[in-house]
Amino acid sequence: MANWLERLFGGRKQASGSVAKERLQLLLVHDRSDLTPQQVAAMKDEILEVIARYVEFDAENVSIDLTSHDRESVLMAEIPIVPAARQNQTAPSDA
Amino acid sequence: MTAKVITVTSGKGGVGKTTTTANLGVALASLGKKVACVDADIGLRNLDVVMGLENRIVYDLVDVVEGRAKLRQAMIKDKRLKEDLYLIPAAQTRDKTAVSPSDMVRLVDELKPLVDYVIVDSPAGIERGFRNALAPADIVIVVTNPEVSSVRDADRIVGLIETENKGPGQLIVNRVKRDMVKRGDMLTPEDIIDFLAIKLIGLVPEDERILISSNQGTPAAMNPGESKAGQAFINIAKRLTGEEVPFMEMEEEEGFMQKVLKSLGFGGGNGKSKSEKPARAAK
Repeated sequence: MANWLERLFGGRKQASGSVAKERLQLLLVHDRSDLTPQQVAAMKDEILEVIARYVEFDAENVSIDLTSHDRESVLMAEIPIVPAARQNQTAPSDA
Repeated sequence: MTAKVITVTSGKGGVGKTTTTANLGVALASLGKKVACVDADIGLRNLDVVMGLENRIVYDLVDVVEGRAKLRQAMIKDKRLKEDLYLIPAAQTRDKTAVSPSDMVRLVDELKPLVDYVIVDSPAGIERGFRNALAPADIVIVVTNPEVSSVRDADRIVGLIETENKGPGQLIVNRVKRDMVKRGDMLTPEDIIDFLAIKLIGLVPEDERILISSNQGTPAAMNPGESKAGQAFINIAKRLTGEEVPFMEMEEEEGFMQKVLKSLGFGGGNGKSKSEKPARAAK
């Protein structure tokens, strides 16, 4: 309720509690996996490199994230594959 | 009688381990349990001061370990309580290496037949002192504050406890400011439980009575009527003895708007379900 009122009248920026939560989320994922953000970024690039050797994917909608659930780290990847029928077409169109 | 051994730890310093130890000691004693508090912070002893027993130290933990004193001689009884509450102080002029984890296990084993609960106050950090405090534990309580660095350190500790087969730990979130949580300017207890994935055993509100009581050397749990934090520690002690106590501590601190809405007949139920929601059971 207080939040709602503040948002209505204050138009203030993101509350610091949710900033803390986001920062903590990232920190814990890296602490638990013992990987630096740089290593995670490099790992993502390499994974995509391998995938690119086999299929064409929609690079703009790729998401690869390290997350934690119940203290277990999970690497979640969503890599939309371009259908084979549309591959090799210069300008894919549905027309 | 064989005591349950509770180790209070946190990783980060200054989050309230010693305050928690002293207050749980008093609270369990006030429930009629025999309790011994052990200060495992060798070289930086403080539990004696928080408990108000610093002037009565003759022998310390290291004296017992090294055979200069019998265990009974190092047990200081808190005479203000009619129940049995003892302190075994740490040595002040030695360091953590004066004691090994197996020394701690031996000392606590000797204590076990004498009391119902042994509460071990761990030093900050994850080194020798922490290992010493962890070695005799049956139950590990992890104290954290609603703040990024303290939760991060608690996460590390929770992992170490599991590695040492002392898990799962149980969580106390200390120094919660309900008004800041409501404003969105503080990590919520629910967030912290989600991150750490251990069972919640207590929420302790920020309370200036804690500083006043440590000034005086009378733990707040001695006068729970005067202090919300003191009452919170009594509730934690009850939960430790197996009693079901709802997580009501934070409820009393209603914001101004809640009070206005309530007085106007709008239940103002917001927030209630949140703080009452018990943590998911530990696995």
